[in-house]
Amino acid sequence: MKRLKALAATAASVPITLFGLVLVTFLIGRVMPIDPVLAIVGDRAPADVVAAVRLELGLDEPLYVQFWIYLGKLAIGDLGRSVMTSHTVWEDIKRFFPATMELATVAILFASCIGVPLGVLAAVRQGTKVDHTIRVVCLAGHSLPIFVLALLSLLVFYATLHWAPGPGRQDIMFDEQVPAVTNFLTVDALLARDWDVLRDAVAHLIQPAAVLAYFAMAFIARMTRAFMLDALAGEYVITARAKGLSAARVIWKHAFGNIAVRLITIMALTYAGLLEGAVVTETVFSWPGLGQYLTVSLLNADMNAVLGATLVVGVTYLAFNMLADLLYKLLDPRVS
Amino acid sequence: MSATSPTGAGADPSLRDPSLRDPSWRDWLLSDTPASRSQAAWGARYRLWCDFRANTLAMGGLIVIVLMVSAALIAPLVVPYDPAMQDLTNRLARPSALHWFGTDELGRDLFSRILMGGRVTLGMVVAVVVLVAPLGLAVGCIAGYYGGVADRVLMRVTDVFLAFPRLILALAFVAAIKPGITSAIFAIVLTAWPPYARLARAETLSLRNTDFIAAVRLTGASSARIVLRHIVPLCLGSLVVRVTLDMSSIILTAASLGFLGMGAQPPSPEWGAMIATARRFILDQWWVPTIPGIAIFLVSLAFNLLGDGLRDVLDPKQR
Amino acid sequence: MHVDIQNLCIAFPGATGISHAVRNVSLSIGNEKLGIVGESGSGKSLTARSILRLLPRSARLSADRLAFDGIDVLKASESAMRGIRGKRAGLILQDPKYSLNPVMTAGAQIAEAWRMHRKGGAREARDGAMDLLDQVRINDPARVFAAYPHELSGGMGQRVMIAMMLAPDPELLIADEPTSALDATVQAEILRLLDDLVSRRGMALILISHDLPLVSHFCDRVAVMYAGRIVEQLGAGELARARHPYTTGLLECLPALSHPRPRLAVMKRDPEWLK
Repeated sequence: MKRLKALAATAASVPITLFGLVLVTFLIGRVMPIDPVLAIVGDRAPADVVAAVRLELGLDEPLYVQFWIYLGKLAIGDLGRSVMTSHTVWEDIKRFFPATMELATVAILFASCIGVPLGVLAAVRQGTKVDHTIRVVCLAGHSLPIFVLALLSLLVFYATLHWAPGPGRQDIMFDEQVPAVTNFLTVDALLARDWDVLRDAVAHLIQPAAVLAYFAMAFIARMTRAFMLDALAGEYVITARAKGLSAARVIWKHAFGNIAVRLITIMALTYAGLLEGAVVTETVFSWPGLGQYLTVSLLNADMNAVLGATLVVGVTYLAFNMLADLLYKLLDPRVS
Repeated sequence: MSATSPTGAGADPSLRDPSLRDPSWRDWLLSDTPASRSQAAWGARYRLWCDFRANTLAMGGLIVIVLMVSAALIAPLVVPYDPAMQDLTNRLARPSALHWFGTDELGRDLFSRILMGGRVTLGMVVAVVVLVAPLGLAVGCIAGYYGGVADRVLMRVTDVFLAFPRLILALAFVAAIKPGITSAIFAIVLTAWPPYARLARAETLSLRNTDFIAAVRLTGASSARIVLRHIVPLCLGSLVVRVTLDMSSIILTAASLGFLGMGAQPPSPEWGAMIATARRFILDQWWVPTIPGIAIFLVSLAFNLLGDGLRDVLDPKQR
Repeated sequence: MHVDIQNLCIAFPGATGISHAVRNVSLSIGNEKLGIVGESGSGKSLTARSILRLLPRSARLSADRLAFDGIDVLKASESAMRGIRGKRAGLILQDPKYSLNPVMTAGAQIAEAWRMHRKGGAREARDGAMDLLDQVRINDPARVFAAYPHELSGGMGQRVMIAMMLAPDPELLIADEPTSALDATVQAEILRLLDDLVSRRGMALILISHDLPLVSHFCDRVAVMYAGRIVEQLGAGELARARHPYTTGLLECLPALSHPRPRLAVMKRDPEWLK
């Protein structure tokens, strides 16, 4: 019963936060110095056209009415039209967002598979050289600007060693060779059973995903280490050892068993955080995802696109946060 | 269990590590029977310092930060060249005795630009911290101490700001005002305060119902006095740790904004903006974008190491 | 079963010097009930845990001899130690709130101990665990078996802990302040249960406590520790003959209904005791 109540509390907080999210995005859009009317009609339009468009956009209304109109449009998925691509922002997002998710998903898989064992190892060997090395590797991940790592990685693995293909999501010769079903290129290639495209897509994916994964890995390993140290200091670990259990069983079943749920929530949060890293990574690797869409729109002052992308990222981020919270409350026996 | 008294060690010289036998100020500090409150307080500080000093990595971080701050302070006096001086005949030069880090695409001396860039970065970090820490502390303490509606409203607002990834909210915010250092600072503040508020609230909640706060209340202290004189000082410890650990994240956000063209604008020698203008040379003159990258990395690593060390010492429970 | 400790020292290196937690302790334990009494930080827990080599990682352990039934604990391999831990000697900790694994059911934890040392399938382990829960006088074994530790009361939790440590049928039980975290009424029950189980199974017991009269009432022999040393060893009936000023000081401090006094004595510590 308590578990249900906890879940309900999480669910109830979503609409309020979501509302705040929309409000903040709306306000950012309204304080901007760029005149949205001029952005549409161009700065040489006659005054009466400008006035007409202004009226049409509802810009002469008070702010709360404008917000109401904005909400109404949001409800039907209308985020306005991007000046830059001349598509609707919603269409653009549907095209670019899967590329970002594909990148982030591969990155979080890499990061978890490496980060969790490293964190456990560091905690078990606390204070030794192994621990110090892992700690420094992780701290470096927290300290290195992601664009620097991305640039260096291009320099080393693409330009010098020729191990990785260059920037972009696929080779130009494969462009639009498989039908876009999910917009996840690897999945689409699998669906079309086109192995050349798949190989090419994976090859292009590995480098940016690895760069992104390093940062996620650093965070996951660090949190795993901290949680594990906490768990290993628990009295129940002494109990487990006093029972004569093997070191592996004490570490993995008793100590790790206690932090597994917390780690899953950390992974969900990191997954969400990768959306942020993706902005910079995509810019460096010319990855046609939401991050690149956002930065290009920013530089072109394409405000509808900026706000739409920001809102989508915000909502996704919120969704992952809620997911983390729900998982924690569902899986941990201590909650009930 | 480790509480065995150093008195014992003092009384029995044979049990004491001979290398640790030192001058008398050390004995005074480590005395088990301090004669005054200040001696006890300094002794406690000295013990913390001893713990901290034992952490080689954290000491390394501290040294780098001290060096960086002093370099930034005296930079205008020591830079070998004017960081804005162009020399188009000597573009993209390799590092040499004349130009230690080489020159950039306009022939400007990179070493001078890195040093001056340290001032920009440091200035932004200080400005952000000065704004963000009191803001977060105020929101958190008010929410935690007064509870009720104030708490619910403030925490809801905090949640909304936490619901955006930091960099993306900052980007949208800067875009809405006008790219530049000032807006970058405000954008980072806007995105950085919520964790501080959460932290201060959690600390306040744990303090609010303690007996000593009840005792202060019984003496007739006003709630403002309780918060300012008794709760805020106790939140400062964890706040300092959090600030130190957050420094690198602030530096990285500032650099990312610069890199994306939304922070400091060229020709300002801000490290992120320097990388952005030099990134097209990564394949041929790799050192031009790499050197500012190393600068960001070193400073941010130093803050991380220092923060880690501080946390281990001040807050051993949450390693 | 015979535990032999000679000149045991345990130290912790710190930034401001080395702290010596246990100094030159010698003890010999046969098939008996030994009480170790002392204040917090006197080194009693560390001394007992060193028999199982379950010390914090930073601890520095040394001794002329530290043997469990002829096995040299200082030199034994980790797998040899695992043959002692649980199987031949169990350890009961102070507070079941912390000493039981919070994300495993009580039953799973007992069954795990059972399976670790007696070969058998999951079914037998389950039956074994239920039987053990019955032996520690839990009325509703099925409910407790399926419960998580936070769903159990302190007394229940401590019974689960005892059941878990009894599962492999050890020869020695180390109880480290097993009742300090419990309510006074439950304390007596748990002690009676321990006493009963130990006597019935013919196990040796090391009972660690800070309660001198309780221990002397319950054990055959008492060792009094102060600042990492054993200052006095006494037969249980010989408390009146205690000679060390620390022991007599402790006894003086106790209020007694039978001998009311206007003012209780206060312990006066003498730096000489540390020599």
